Amino acid sequence: MSVLVGEETRVVVQGITGRDGSFHAQRMKAYGTNVVAGVTPGKGGTFVDGIPVFNTVEEAVRKEGANTSIIFVPAAFASDALYEAGDSGVQLIVAITEGIPVNDMVKVVRFFDERGVRLIGPNCPGIISPGKAKVGILPEKVFSPGRVGVVSRSGTLTYEIVSHITAQGYGESTAVGIGGDPVIGTKFIDMLELFRDDPETEAVVLIGEIGGTDEEDTARYIVETKYPKPVIGFIAGRTAPPGKRMGHAGAIISGGTGTAEDKIKAFESAGVRVARIPEEVKTLLGEVLG
Amino acid sequence: MKIHEYQAREIFKKYGIPVSNGDVAETPEQAYDIAKKIGKRVVVKAQVLVGGRGKAGGVKLADTPEDAKEKASEILGMEIKGLKVEKVFVAEAVNIAHEAYLGVVIDRRTKRPVVMVSPAGGVEIEEVAKETPEKIFKKVVDPAYGLLPHQARELTFNLYDDKKKVFKAADILMRLYRLFMETDASLAEINPFVVTDSGDLIAIDSKINFDDNAIFRHPDYEGMKDLTPDEKVEEEAKKKGLSFIKLEGNIGCVVNGAGLAMATMDVIKHFGGEPANFLDVGGSSNPEKVKAAMDIILRDKNVKSIWFNIFGGITRCDDIATGLVEALKGSDVDIPIIVRLTGTNEDKGREILRDSGIKLHLVETMSEGAKMAIQLAGGGEE
Repeated sequence: MSVLVGEETRVVVQGITGRDGSFHAQRMKAYGTNVVAGVTPGKGGTFVDGIPVFNTVEEAVRKEGANTSIIFVPAAFASDALYEAGDSGVQLIVAITEGIPVNDMVKVVRFFDERGVRLIGPNCPGIISPGKAKVGILPEKVFSPGRVGVVSRSGTLTYEIVSHITAQGYGESTAVGIGGDPVIGTKFIDMLELFRDDPETEAVVLIGEIGGTDEEDTARYIVETKYPKPVIGFIAGRTAPPGKRMGHAGAIISGGTGTAEDKIKAFESAGVRVARIPEEVKTLLGEVLG
Repeated sequence: MKIHEYQAREIFKKYGIPVSNGDVAETPEQAYDIAKKIGKRVVVKAQVLVGGRGKAGGVKLADTPEDAKEKASEILGMEIKGLKVEKVFVAEAVNIAHEAYLGVVIDRRTKRPVVMVSPAGGVEIEEVAKETPEKIFKKVVDPAYGLLPHQARELTFNLYDDKKKVFKAADILMRLYRLFMETDASLAEINPFVVTDSGDLIAIDSKINFDDNAIFRHPDYEGMKDLTPDEKVEEEAKKKGLSFIKLEGNIGCVVNGAGLAMATMDVIKHFGGEPANFLDVGGSSNPEKVKAAMDIILRDKNVKSIWFNIFGGITRCDDIATGLVEALKGSDVDIPIIVRLTGTNEDKGREILRDSGIKLHLVETMSEGAKMAIQLAGGGEE
């Protein structure tokens, strides 16, 4: 087992004729993911790397049975693409796009909630269930099938930490980048719930960062639900100055909230072991997995 | 993006939010003219993009135009939290009977806008939240419908007994919400929102922050920007596709990815060093970007070593290496450069660096990189 994506995943790529969309459609396909369709309005009837392109997501769902969408559409047009995906019948939408206005996202998220559609991102690297499927832009070489669930607000920092998990021989069940924006579809708690019910996942690594209170909320959730699997944490941004947006739109300490200290403290008081440097994650995993 | 009170006040006016009578001045003489036109006691307020200007002496009352001129000359040019005051706002001073707070922000937890009011106005809302949280009243708004009139009333009934004031404040709250959504604000705040001794409700202060992600569809915001010297460098970096923030240390860093860039700073600190900056070169890292990154870091004379920490995923290590070689070839950089390249095409990347003949310190891991960068910068515990 794995979570979110696997052998049953059938992907439609929105923005498949763009530079990033076509490049990553090919890479996902090469990894063995069922990439069944692409969508670019006005380019229906063409093909990208043998993948049929449609004018609408609805058509891709109807004709190719797509159940998952990945969005590479530029920020200015992304909310249009998101609404279309939410209306099409796909159950999972992964938004890679960075820079979508927050006031657009609050409406999109509300639209998805009403329809029971899951959103990963935006501003995220996507999802990989090693050996099964990849719906994202993550470098597959870093990952290997295994027993650690990984969820992160970041991209390259995830690869850094995963490379240690892989090198140590633990491997990953599923790794998810949930996105660096202030308003995102799926949060740490949502992912912990999925990993709890996945028999293949034996431990979870949470890679957080400054900004917001998602880590604090997650710590409370772990305590309240007596979360049954060991959780290891890392928080980026201990040296970040307040009031500055650290690359990610959501990574900002404002009004005294969102500091790394608060998050580390919350994690530790919930029994989450927190690594001080990325490499330490493997050591802490060793303590819980042996 | 932050804007000044006087700029936000113009937007308030557009949305029909009542504001105090006044104007902005850049010289003491202008302040005199504005005060004379108002013809009453005025308040002279520093226009700076930080909080706490009152405590810093940036807000002063003046009884006459001459007095306003004098107060303006005291405030203009003063520094508040490191920012020089270039403009003052001169407003009619009102007699305050009641001070409240009205605000709209995004609540990350519910992923929706939240409208807040408090009868404890005039104080920073974070302080109220800490000291007397029971004095803050909130409504999470369904963005599909917006703030509904009854929701606004439910909030403003907490502010006044007089129903006329309740209804008037509710109407202003609805306007503030509409302003928030339509201008793509990340914060819209009236603090204090006052009742004058004659019973009028007006916004005495106006604060709006815009969502940086939405600036592309509001071309008029460009003219409202007022950047500090540090922010100007950040803006320049952004135009080149880099995300850069200057810090106080002496170890420059160049990293791909925001999370890894933060972690890189943290690891430097962990081993006893001080990072000079945050710098994310982003996903597709062409030679020009690497070059631009070097240029910006080298402007900081504190920098004693530069650490490239690259995790090649989609970004290929050989591209970064090529960029680095191009950036350094023929330049007279004599600061030690530490390079950690790992991931996609790392062997090819290292080969390019070795063959270039440029003196670089190649390391394998983040810990090694941090220790080396600290040592070569001539400091730290190592």
